[in-house]
Amino acid sequence: MTTATTEATQADATPLDAAHLREDFPILSEQVNGHRLVYLDSAATSQRPLAVLDAEREFLTHTNAAVHRGAHTLAAEATELFEDARATVAGFVGAEPEQLVWTSGATMGLNLVAYSIGNASVGRGAPASASLALRPGDEIVTTEIEHHANLIPWQELAARTGAVLRHIPAHGDGTLDLEAAADLIRERTRVVAFTHVSNVLGIVNPVADLIALARGVGALTVMDACQSAPHLRLDLPALGVDLAVFSGHKMLGPYGVGGLYGRAEVLEAMPPFLTGGSMITTVTLDGAEFLPPPQRFEAGTQPIGPAIGLAAAVRYLDAVGLERIHVHESMLAARMRAGLVEIPGIRLLGDAAAERVGLWAFDVEGVHAHDAGQFLDARGIAVRVGHHCAAPLHSRYGVTASVRASAALYNTVDDVDTFLDAVTGIRPYFGV
Amino acid sequence: MSDDLDALYRELILDHSKHPQHFGLAPDADHTGTSHQKNPVCGDEITLRARVDGEQIADVTWEGRGCSISQASASMLADLVGEEDLSRGEAITLIEGFREALRSRGQIELDEDVYGDAAALTGVSKFSARVKCAMLAWVALEDALAKA
Repeated sequence: MTTATTEATQADATPLDAAHLREDFPILSEQVNGHRLVYLDSAATSQRPLAVLDAEREFLTHTNAAVHRGAHTLAAEATELFEDARATVAGFVGAEPEQLVWTSGATMGLNLVAYSIGNASVGRGAPASASLALRPGDEIVTTEIEHHANLIPWQELAARTGAVLRHIPAHGDGTLDLEAAADLIRERTRVVAFTHVSNVLGIVNPVADLIALARGVGALTVMDACQSAPHLRLDLPALGVDLAVFSGHKMLGPYGVGGLYGRAEVLEAMPPFLTGGSMITTVTLDGAEFLPPPQRFEAGTQPIGPAIGLAAAVRYLDAVGLERIHVHESMLAARMRAGLVEIPGIRLLGDAAAERVGLWAFDVEGVHAHDAGQFLDARGIAVRVGHHCAAPLHSRYGVTASVRASAALYNTVDDVDTFLDAVTGIRPYFGV
Repeated sequence: MSDDLDALYRELILDHSKHPQHFGLAPDADHTGTSHQKNPVCGDEITLRARVDGEQIADVTWEGRGCSISQASASMLADLVGEEDLSRGEAITLIEGFREALRSRGQIELDEDVYGDAAALTGVSKFSARVKCAMLAWVALEDALAKA
């Protein structure tokens, strides 16, 4: 870790060489429909460098065994690798190893938190768990720009507990309405859940302000960091958020693994969600006592190989340097915007002049997003079309679907220019 | 552009999507069945209403919004049912044949003599992600007939 950080720091002065990095991602050399693949769907899932594939293969080839049980050599080595991976991924977001719970991904992480609060609300857990309990009339505040994964678990939790769900509105330019947030976050507010970066708008939200508002009323903060973790340097303890989630596969890592970060007191107070093997101290036929965090939340066999792969992914990101990545992706985002606004009939969703990651969603006037995406695909350009699991956000901006182009560290200026050139052809092709 | 893309977006399909036929729901009445279908992936929506006269289908009207494939398919289906004097059984057979062709990954062609303009949707079967778009109205008719 130290080596990677040093390299990154030394490299900060030089721009990121995406063309060179691409050699680490064999899939980017694929041909799609007779064209060079232009992969602009990293917000859905990123591609993996060889270092990640190799780490998983190395583990499965030489060390594969179940962790935290068994006394044989492989079991001990696997446990060490698994816990080293935890320390690496925790360190990537500025946290201690005990503050990082493995999950299958952000959706699982958010459901874990919501169900844990639900369990606390019916009196489960330690005495400290009562501090998390929701009562009828308590309020959960989220935003109208959330991914469904940071909305529906709260809808369900509200329905189970009698709590009321409220939503911070967004301005027309995609920024959150902080004045409205200040009114919404009040005495009865117990949970404030928000995304760091919207998966549709790409804008970095003023999360420090939201956390301050929540702290002012003693509410728990839950942050979706899926779209920031691969693009921005995170220091979650310094940010002061109580809980945060991210998904491995969106940050160069494998599918099926993710992280839930929690402040120590908060994780300590949370009752378990999933129960079973590997999360207990003593079990009788009538009851069980649970391990402290993070194991309390890791029932059953964990995604060991993927966790080791995710550690390799964050080492890769660190070695390139998050600061350089952000500069590179900001440049790509600016180039995309400059090109898109020149194309007749293109309307950007959330066009605020704000700090952002390298993604834009847009509407093509007169052409459904699905048709626009099909046209781009015929040219080898992979974008996301639809509502991107954020249907309320699309309703807010008066569309049912949009086209989203999302860049990562391995995208080049040439990728962006190829994409822009193709977008120019969409409306003429469909006779609009 | 690629031949496959042109085969998907035949002129006839773009025409129907821009000038949808039998668009606008007839009033709800006796002997009608209405079906609302959604494609959760992209938000395409269709509401289709079929009116029957005994075993014969009297007319089909619809409204909806979505991609050109889903809208053209609904328009073509309504045209087909409007032009032919179809029984429920014949309509079900047509729907089954349409489904089979669209799921055939380009192996089965739709016969223009049987399917009319909707035969132009043959090219959709090579695009597995779009089969649902084309099927939406046909599934709605199947459902509406069951209710009528």
